[in-house]
Amino acid sequence: MEPLLVKGVTKQYAEHKALDNVSITIPEQSIFGLLGPNGAGKTTLIRIINQIINSDSGEVLVFGEKLKPQHVEIIGYLPEERGLYKKMKVGDQLLYLAQLKGLSRKDALARIKVWLEKFEIKDWWNKKVEDLSKGMAQKVQFISTVLHEPKLIILDEPFSGFDPVNAELITEKILELKANGSTIIFSTHRMETVESLCDHIALINKSKKILEGPKKSVKEQYRSNTFLVEHRGNHFALPSEKYELKKQSVIEDGLFSSTIQAKGDIKGNQLIRDLIDLTEVYSFQEKLPSMADIFISLVKGEGDDALKKHLQEA
Amino acid sequence: MNKVWLIIQREFLIRVRKKSFLIATIIVPLIIPAVIGGLVTIMIKEAESAKADTVMVVDESGVFNLDSTKNTKRFLFVPLQMPLEQAKKVYNETKDFALLYVPKFEVAKPEGFVIYTQENPSIEKIGDLEGLLGDRIRDLKLQEYKIDKEILKNLKTNVSLKQINLSKTGEEKSGNAGILYVLGFVLGILIYIFVLVYGIQIMQGVIDEKTSKVVEVIVSSVKPFQLMLGKILGIAAVGVLQFLIWIVLITFLSSGVLAYFGLKMPQKQAMEQVTKKMQQNEDVKQAMDQQNVKINEILGHIGEIPFTKIAFVFVFFFVGGYLLYGALFAAVGSAVESMQESQQFQFPITMPLLIGYFGLFMFILRDPHGTVSFWLSIIPFTSPVAMVGRIAFDVPNWQLALSMILLIAGFILTTWIAGRIYRVGILMTGTKVNWKVMAKWFMMRE
Repeated sequence: MEPLLVKGVTKQYAEHKALDNVSITIPEQSIFGLLGPNGAGKTTLIRIINQIINSDSGEVLVFGEKLKPQHVEIIGYLPEERGLYKKMKVGDQLLYLAQLKGLSRKDALARIKVWLEKFEIKDWWNKKVEDLSKGMAQKVQFISTVLHEPKLIILDEPFSGFDPVNAELITEKILELKANGSTIIFSTHRMETVESLCDHIALINKSKKILEGPKKSVKEQYRSNTFLVEHRGNHFALPSEKYELKKQSVIEDGLFSSTIQAKGDIKGNQLIRDLIDLTEVYSFQEKLPSMADIFISLVKGEGDDALKKHLQEA
Repeated sequence: MNKVWLIIQREFLIRVRKKSFLIATIIVPLIIPAVIGGLVTIMIKEAESAKADTVMVVDESGVFNLDSTKNTKRFLFVPLQMPLEQAKKVYNETKDFALLYVPKFEVAKPEGFVIYTQENPSIEKIGDLEGLLGDRIRDLKLQEYKIDKEILKNLKTNVSLKQINLSKTGEEKSGNAGILYVLGFVLGILIYIFVLVYGIQIMQGVIDEKTSKVVEVIVSSVKPFQLMLGKILGIAAVGVLQFLIWIVLITFLSSGVLAYFGLKMPQKQAMEQVTKKMQQNEDVKQAMDQQNVKINEILGHIGEIPFTKIAFVFVFFFVGGYLLYGALFAAVGSAVESMQESQQFQFPITMPLLIGYFGLFMFILRDPHGTVSFWLSIIPFTSPVAMVGRIAFDVPNWQLALSMILLIAGFILTTWIAGRIYRVGILMTGTKVNWKVMAKWFMMRE
C-alpha cells in the first residue's frame, strides 16, 4: 500500500491556480524528491497533505485511506520556514510538540531522551530556544519532526542552515529512518541532494506535474546517446553518417575531450570500436543528464527535443 | 479536544511562570492597601501637625473686628491699626501667613478685599478666609434686614429622602443610589480593563507564533481553530487566576492595613467618632443620633444588595465579554505581523467596548432603566461593561436572561468569524492587510 497517493488535486486561490490536477504516487520506503521552482505549488501540495489547507477537488490517500485528522499522527513535517517557541525550553518544547502529535507524555519523554542522546545534546534540555544558534535550533526542530516516529516524513529544504558536518549527520538519520520503514518526501532545490539521496522524483512547474518516476528511469528517458571521450591526438574523422562531433576541447598538451553523439541505434561499444582505430582513447563514458540539467530545461519550458539539445550541449 | 487542552495548559503555564505575572499579581494588591495606608497616614499627620496660620488684618471698614477673639483652628488674627502701605512693610518683615486688607465697603456690594501673601497660598485656605468674611457679611445683612439669627437657624431644614424600590410583587427594597453608583462604576471599569489587557495578550501571542513561524508546525498537528480556542481559553484562565488572587490579597491586606490604624471598617470608625463627640457635646446629640441612623441605614443598604447575584453576573459577563473580544483580538493578531501594524485594527474592534464604557457614565449610572441603558446592556458588544454596571440597580430577570443569551450568541458568532480569518491569516506573510483582505479571507472556502 502506497504511503501517499495524490489523485487529481486542484487548489484555486482567488488570483491563481496553485495546483492543477496534480497526481503523484509515492512508493513505500522511498526517498521521494518533490522538485519545482519557487511558486510552483509544492508548498500548497505539502500543506494539503498536512491538512493545513484543503484541496478544492481531487483526493489524497494515506496508506489507502482518505485523509483524516488522525493522519497527522503518522506524518512528520519540517516546514521550510523553521520556527519554535523562542521562550520555551528545548525539553518542554519537544514534549509539547510530541504530545500534539498524539504521543503520551511518558512515551514522549523517553523518546526525547533517546534523540537528544543521538545528537549528543542531552544538556540542552533546559536551554531556551532563543539562546540556541540557528543550527542548534534546526537540530531541535528536526527531532520534533521525527519524534513520533512518523511513517511519512515531509522535509522542506531539510539541509538549509546546517553546516556540512551536521548536514552529514542529518543525512545519516534520514537514511536510518528510511531503513526503519519510513517514507521520506524531500522538497528541495538542491540538485546534489536529489542526485545523492532520492530514488524517486516528481517535478511540478506552474501548478502542474510535468515529470514523475524513479530517478533512474527519468534519466534513462532523457538519455541522448551522447558520449564523452578523452583521447590523445585529434586528427581523426568519424564517419559522419554514424556520428556527430558536438564539441571538442583541449585538456592539456595533446590531450582532448570530445562530446560525440551516436546516430540511430548505434551503441557505445560500436563507438569505442570505431575510435580505437583512429585515436588513443584515455577514458570513455556515456554522458547522462544530471537532475539539474533536466530540471532547468523542463522548467524553462522547452519541449523534449529542445531538452535533448540542451543536454547534448551541456 | 485533548489537543485543545494541551494548548490551554501551555498558554496558561508559560504566562503564570513568567516573572512579570508574579510581580503584577503581587504588586497590584500591595499598591491598593499601600495607597489606603499612605492616605490615612498623611491625613493623620496633617491633622496632628496643622498649626494655625497668623493673618494680619488691616480693617478700614471696622466691621469685622478680626482680633484674637475670632481666632479659629486655622487662623490667628492680628489686627494692625495702620495704613495699608505701612502694614505691608510690617508684614514683609515677618514670616506670617498673610496680610488681609479690608477696605470700606457697602454691605450690598462687598468688594475690594485683598490678601497679600509671601508664598502661593492653597486654595483651601483662601476659601476658608472667604467663607469667614462671607459669614460675617451675611450676619451684617441679616441685621440690616432685621432678621434674627436664631430664626434663620430654625428655617434651615435638612431633608433626606429614604429610597425604597417598590417591586411589582409589592415587596419593598430600600436602595441607595450612591452605593450602587460606586459598585456599578467599579465593576464596569474592571471588565473594561480586563477585556482590553487580556485581549491584547491574545493578540501578542498570536503575532509571536506567526512571526516565529512556529505556527506552521502547530497547525500540522491541530486545526487552526483549536489553536485559537486553546490560546483564548488558556489566557482566560490566567486572567481569572490573577483576578482571584487580587481579590483575596486585596481584601486580606486592606483589612490588615485598616486594622493597623485601628479603623477596621470606615463605617465603624465614623460611628465611634460620633459616639465620642456625643459625650463631649450634649447639644448635638440629637443631630448625631440622626446621623447614626443614617449610617445604620447605609449599612443596611449594603446588606440588602444581592451580592451573590452580582458576583455571578459579574463572572459571567467577565468571561463572556473576554471571549467575545478575545476572538476578535486573535483574528487581528493573525492578520498582522507586528504590534505596530495591529494598531489600525485595534481601535475599531474595541470601539463598542469604549461605547459601553462611556455609556456607563453617561447613561447607565445616571438612568439605569432608560432606553439607552437598556439597549447598551442588551447588545452583546456593549453588554459586558453595561450590564455589569447596571446589575446593581436591580435589572429585571428577563432582561438579564436576554442579555446573557445574546452574549453567548455573540461570542459564538465572533469566534466563528475570527476562526475563519485566523485560519488563513496565520499562514499569510508579506501581504498588506486591510479590512477588505480580511473579508476575503473570511469568505475563502475551507
